[in-house]
Amino acid sequence: MRITDESLAASPSIHSQQHVQEWAEGVYELFKAHNVELISFVPDGGHKRLIACCQSDPALSTVALTTEEEGIALAAGAFLGGKRSALLMQSSGVGNCINMLSLPRVCNMPFLVLVTMRGEWGEFNPWQVPMGQGTPVILEASGVIVYRADSVEEVCPTVEAAILLAFQSRRSVAVLLSQKLIGAKNFMGGDK
Amino acid sequence: MSLLNRRDALRALLCEREKMIVVAGLGSSAYDLASCGNEPLDFPLWGAMGGAAMVGLGIALAQPEYKVLVVTGDGEMLMGLGSLATIAAQRPSNLRIVVMDNERFGETGQQHTHTAVCTDLAAVAAGCGFQHVRTIRQAGELEALRVDLHALNDLLLAVVKVSPEELPRALPPRDGAYLTHRLRSALLGAEPALEA
Repeated sequence: MRITDESLAASPSIHSQQHVQEWAEGVYELFKAHNVELISFVPDGGHKRLIACCQSDPALSTVALTTEEEGIALAAGAFLGGKRSALLMQSSGVGNCINMLSLPRVCNMPFLVLVTMRGEWGEFNPWQVPMGQGTPVILEASGVIVYRADSVEEVCPTVEAAILLAFQSRRSVAVLLSQKLIGAKNFMGGDK
Repeated sequence: MSLLNRRDALRALLCEREKMIVVAGLGSSAYDLASCGNEPLDFPLWGAMGGAAMVGLGIALAQPEYKVLVVTGDGEMLMGLGSLATIAAQRPSNLRIVVMDNERFGETGQQHTHTAVCTDLAAVAAGCGFQHVRTIRQAGELEALRVDLHALNDLLLAVVKVSPEELPRALPPRDGAYLTHRLRSALLGAEPALEA
């Protein structure tokens, strides 16, 4: 379906999943089941519920970052010390990560990142579009294996496969959580 | 007053090192570490500029029983200034950062860094929330720092002002997978190091 201003206005469902994030508990349970104990993030609205889940568990360490590439170096250090970690961020942060992605690649380390997408599905903010559209190719060019979840049902199986691939095969793996899943950000409706 | 020699300073700080893990930022800091030997608990970087302190944070959080020392240069630290805020907010009691500040980008032609002009990295760290910061200019101050690297039970950043003279290259291993496995084997044991 071609997205037009008219179809946006006529289709409240395009925003309907925002802040519901019913997949968040499932991802949190996967972190627990697979011993992913250190969670770093540059916050995104799409990760709000997952971040809250992780922060409410005293057995997990959570680290707020000032910029996304810090999380890659942090994950490398955690792996050196024997701990599994994951990074949560928005697609706008992918460009910040490019050079730091050489660290897990050269050192044969696992690296897991969950990326909430902007700039793709009914995006309102033109400044999000270049990085959002570039996200899969830039990650792949940086040596990251890219998975994608477009529906709630796909999130947990995709994240679990990414966890297994990242840690068992020591690869950098990104799961893109599509804007269709997260919900297009609705500035007009007053959403944060 | 003559500036400190960076290798003499690092050698003094690593005297009686015991089981301290040392992460070295790329360039001169990694060469300095190599000049002190080539230990299993060394993790010298050859890239990932701006990431040395965060690698140290990751190790420090994963291995709270070990002291973790990050040795890096002013150029590398300037690229990761935000990480000082991230680290201060975590306040890992086993992490120490020593910036060997020669006020130069030494690998690329000795261009002045911002610390040569106006930036005080110890003040930046203090502003980010580090409770223990100091700037060292004299050899006589190194021993007290060395003692604190072991004895202080809190996050610490020290800036050591060093001479910009270029020293002979002492190259650490460049194979990242080897360096990773070597450190993990030392920390986790040979067989667990093969797992993730």
